[in-house]
Amino acid sequence: MNAMIGQPVRRREDVRFITGRGRYTDDISLAGQGYAAFARSPYARARIVSIDTTGAKTTPGVVGVFTGADLTAAGIGALPCGWLVKSTDGSDMKVAPRPPLAATQVNFVGEPYAIVVGETLAAARAGVDALEADFEELEASANLASAMEGVQIHDGIERNLSFHWALGDAAAVDAAFARAKHLTTLTFANNRLIPNAIEPRACVAAYDAASDEITLYTTSQNPHLERLILAAFVGLAPEHKLRVVSPDVGGGFGSKIFVYPEETAAAWAARALNRPVKWTAERSESFLSDAHGRDHLTTAELALDDAGTFLGLRVRTRANLGAYLSTFGSSVPTYLYGTLLAGQYCTPAIHVEVDGVYTNTAPVDAYRGAGRPEATYVIERIVETAARELGVDPAELRRRNFIQPDQFPYETPVALVYDTGDYQQSLERAQKLADVAGFPARRAAAAAKGLRRGLGYSCYIEACGLAPSQLAISLGAGVGLYESGEIRVNPTGSVTVFTGSHSHGQGHETTFAQVVAGKFGIPIEQVEVVHGDTGRVEFGLGTYGSRSLAVGGSALVKSADKIIEKGRRISGHLMETAPDQVDFEDGVYKARGTNRRMTFGEVALAAYVPANFPEGLEPGLSEKTFYDPKNFTYPAGAHIAEVEVDPETGVVKVVAFTAVDDFGTVINPMIVEGQVHGGVAQGIGQALLELGAYDESGQLVTGSFMDYAMPRADDLPSFSVDTTVTPCTHNPLGAKGCGEAGAIGAPAAVMNAVTDALGVKDVAMPASPERVWRALRGA
Amino acid sequence: MQDFAYHRPRSIADAVSLRRSAADGSYLAGGMTLIPTLKQRLAAPSDLVDLGALGELAGVRLESGMMTIGAMTRHAVVAASQDARRAIPALAALAGQIGDAQVRNRGTIGGSVANSDPAADYPAAVIALGATIRTDRREIAADGYFRGLFETALEPGELIREIAFPVPARAAYRKFRHPASRYAVAGVFVADFGGSRVRVGVTGAGPCAFRWSALEHALSSALDPAAANGAPLDHGRFNSDLAASAEFRAQLVRVMAKRALESLSG
Repeated sequence: MNAMIGQPVRRREDVRFITGRGRYTDDISLAGQGYAAFARSPYARARIVSIDTTGAKTTPGVVGVFTGADLTAAGIGALPCGWLVKSTDGSDMKVAPRPPLAATQVNFVGEPYAIVVGETLAAARAGVDALEADFEELEASANLASAMEGVQIHDGIERNLSFHWALGDAAAVDAAFARAKHLTTLTFANNRLIPNAIEPRACVAAYDAASDEITLYTTSQNPHLERLILAAFVGLAPEHKLRVVSPDVGGGFGSKIFVYPEETAAAWAARALNRPVKWTAERSESFLSDAHGRDHLTTAELALDDAGTFLGLRVRTRANLGAYLSTFGSSVPTYLYGTLLAGQYCTPAIHVEVDGVYTNTAPVDAYRGAGRPEATYVIERIVETAARELGVDPAELRRRNFIQPDQFPYETPVALVYDTGDYQQSLERAQKLADVAGFPARRAAAAAKGLRRGLGYSCYIEACGLAPSQLAISLGAGVGLYESGEIRVNPTGSVTVFTGSHSHGQGHETTFAQVVAGKFGIPIEQVEVVHGDTGRVEFGLGTYGSRSLAVGGSALVKSADKIIEKGRRISGHLMETAPDQVDFEDGVYKARGTNRRMTFGEVALAAYVPANFPEGLEPGLSEKTFYDPKNFTYPAGAHIAEVEVDPETGVVKVVAFTAVDDFGTVINPMIVEGQVHGGVAQGIGQALLELGAYDESGQLVTGSFMDYAMPRADDLPSFSVDTTVTPCTHNPLGAKGCGEAGAIGAPAAVMNAVTDALGVKDVAMPASPERVWRALRGA
Repeated sequence: MQDFAYHRPRSIADAVSLRRSAADGSYLAGGMTLIPTLKQRLAAPSDLVDLGALGELAGVRLESGMMTIGAMTRHAVVAASQDARRAIPALAALAGQIGDAQVRNRGTIGGSVANSDPAADYPAAVIALGATIRTDRREIAADGYFRGLFETALEPGELIREIAFPVPARAAYRKFRHPASRYAVAGVFVADFGGSRVRVGVTGAGPCAFRWSALEHALSSALDPAAANGAPLDHGRFNSDLAASAEFRAQLVRVMAKRALESLSG
């Protein structure tokens, strides 16, 4: 049907990326631009007594100095959180206003309180140095474990608690626990991660006094949403006077979804100064001020009967929100987390309670997986632990509890309806690929070398393409979660595709072009994909949550179908055949039962040169769709990690990693494999290397690559990757999404392998050499 | 980075004199520590005296049981030097494990030894091989050279010309890399000079490189790698950070020493 689907087409965008011809925000320079630098809080919590800007303003080359007071006076509002979560008592979450520049109090190290614009970057920095800010340092609550009992950070927010949220049936869980024969309990942390996209955040903002428009070039995963928030909530400019462009973006992983202080202040300053303003974060600024990820403390309890059947799951989580609620900070530890706690299993009763807690640290928000890695970690660690406690093979215990293929659609006790899946198939394929049968021999061989070898599973599920909009909005989302897709067929038959999705590494220019080229039966070279510009794309909700293909791709399929239908009417008219007697195959319209035919290109030309055209049909060949999915999609899979531990040094080496994922229909298997590789690398990074650490005073201890360990090639094995396919039942592509799976599944697989190797119940992530060494010493 | 005056002298005498006459001058060797420090504006010297044009400071020479390495010799040059690989293969291997390729093509032995970074590799070899640091004004023995965190016996403005390494019968270096920076969390260089004379240099663990005399003593009776498990090692002044506590560093020093001893080869 679509010959391009399933083809490993090489990524078209890579040629420019790897030959230095990509155009990133920092590559854009505008005539007369000034350079911005930010003054940032050195304290985790302090009252701003005064800011003397005299020295900064008189610094040579400085053209503008603005503080929070200036922005407030200009009517610039706080940066909003786009998802309203309610507490169990029915009250709204408590929101601490987050001004783009702190005006009265700073609440985390690195929070900006002034912007200085200079003729040069050096001048701007010298201006920052010349600012005289008088702070009264205040006691901070920087530690999640003690923050609810610690000093109150924000006025009116007692115990630093934004919300106490819950989901599921507590009474049913209590009843399940009362009749359980076995109880497994685990308490652990899901470590804070710092995203570290290769390209740091950046922006160039320009104001056009003639049209009174601001154009903001910035590193956004969703430029339309940024425009909407800056217009409707922050008051930067009316929506029709603001254009947001995100050109090539070098990685986001969630951290570039959000509306941040720096871009907001720089755009405002561009208008205030009537000259373009450019800002590019230094790496140390990225560490301090990008939204971080994860950071949960959780206790989970699983109740089982004699046969190892899961009866109930009880989860209590304390989630770190950071100092302020970031754009979607409230949704991650609630609706993107609690709803996933059924995993792949028929657990009949589940109850989860989450405390969303403020701390004097950088805001925490969605990071690759966003809630689902945390949920998977809870389920897959406790299931593996239960299996060990019961003396049952961990794969067998999972099998006994899997939702079976004939049970779909399956409604979980935590508000989701899974449409399709075959979990056993993925697990069996993974076991074969990983040669689980040969593991005992490998373990013995390792032992002979003085090494301890372990194997761990993770059978994850995720929910992608958050939908439908009505449901999301009823649960507190501030925006819908549909996507737009427009296709314009040019008179010569080439095609320009406009998508509201945004590609920042995912390869949409290839995948989306494959979908469209395949639909029309035209060469992929004839298809151009445009994204990331509110001035060119009508609307969009952007790329996150592995939603782009399932939602944005489906919008394009719908638009393509509309175009094919219109082409049927045009060609039918020209071939003197009723439209329903015209077949469209391989780019050719054929009048059924005749030898008359027209190519797609001929029809396109006829649409724009309507010499002989159907009565009442508008000329042109251009269609658009706002596609609002009926449900989430549910990618799922089985990951198996094998590790070797050096007991003398505590070093854990991942010696094998197998991922068998069900992403539904795969458009480009090469790109999918790449997404899995990247996700698994990040998941292994979380398990073994990465930790965003603050000390008790709220200073970021891991503020550079000298201390924050990113996974590198030599930390990783060669991955063994395969897919199974149960197509999504409710979107036209059958696609589910693949961008986050690796990061979701891998941490639990690795930690299950590490604890297997060590023979201990738990080791904290990241399983650093010292932690492993101490675990072995039982200390 | 703040403004500074830049000099590129052609002779050691000019370099020393420029440095002396600067208000707050600094020598620039490979710049692998200094340049990032300047960029972060943690240092703001008035003058930089670039040693890059002093060809007389670069090169490896082997004569009468002594290998001499000029202060401006890049790590990559030492790693690839036939003389070094023949005479003290462990030292060439150490040089080949410093940082990454870019660092090895810029960084110099003189810069490393002058800086005394607690996690630098070369100091372990300087200590274990009992090297002599030759400066513009004197010779300094390794044992008295490293004084503390980024602190050496060098006087202000004193310039290392070259470092002379006695050639051992055999030697080995093992390090445990920091997971993020890949610097040595613990690095141990062992050098066997024959006749029960073994020296052990440790880097990464303490404020600066040091000799592990207790292990040397234990090894003087029998060259048994297991001695590293039990030889007294006081970690009271060891570094302690997110990557490794002082206690864990002590464990790593023992393991690296044991593995270096196990791998000793001619």
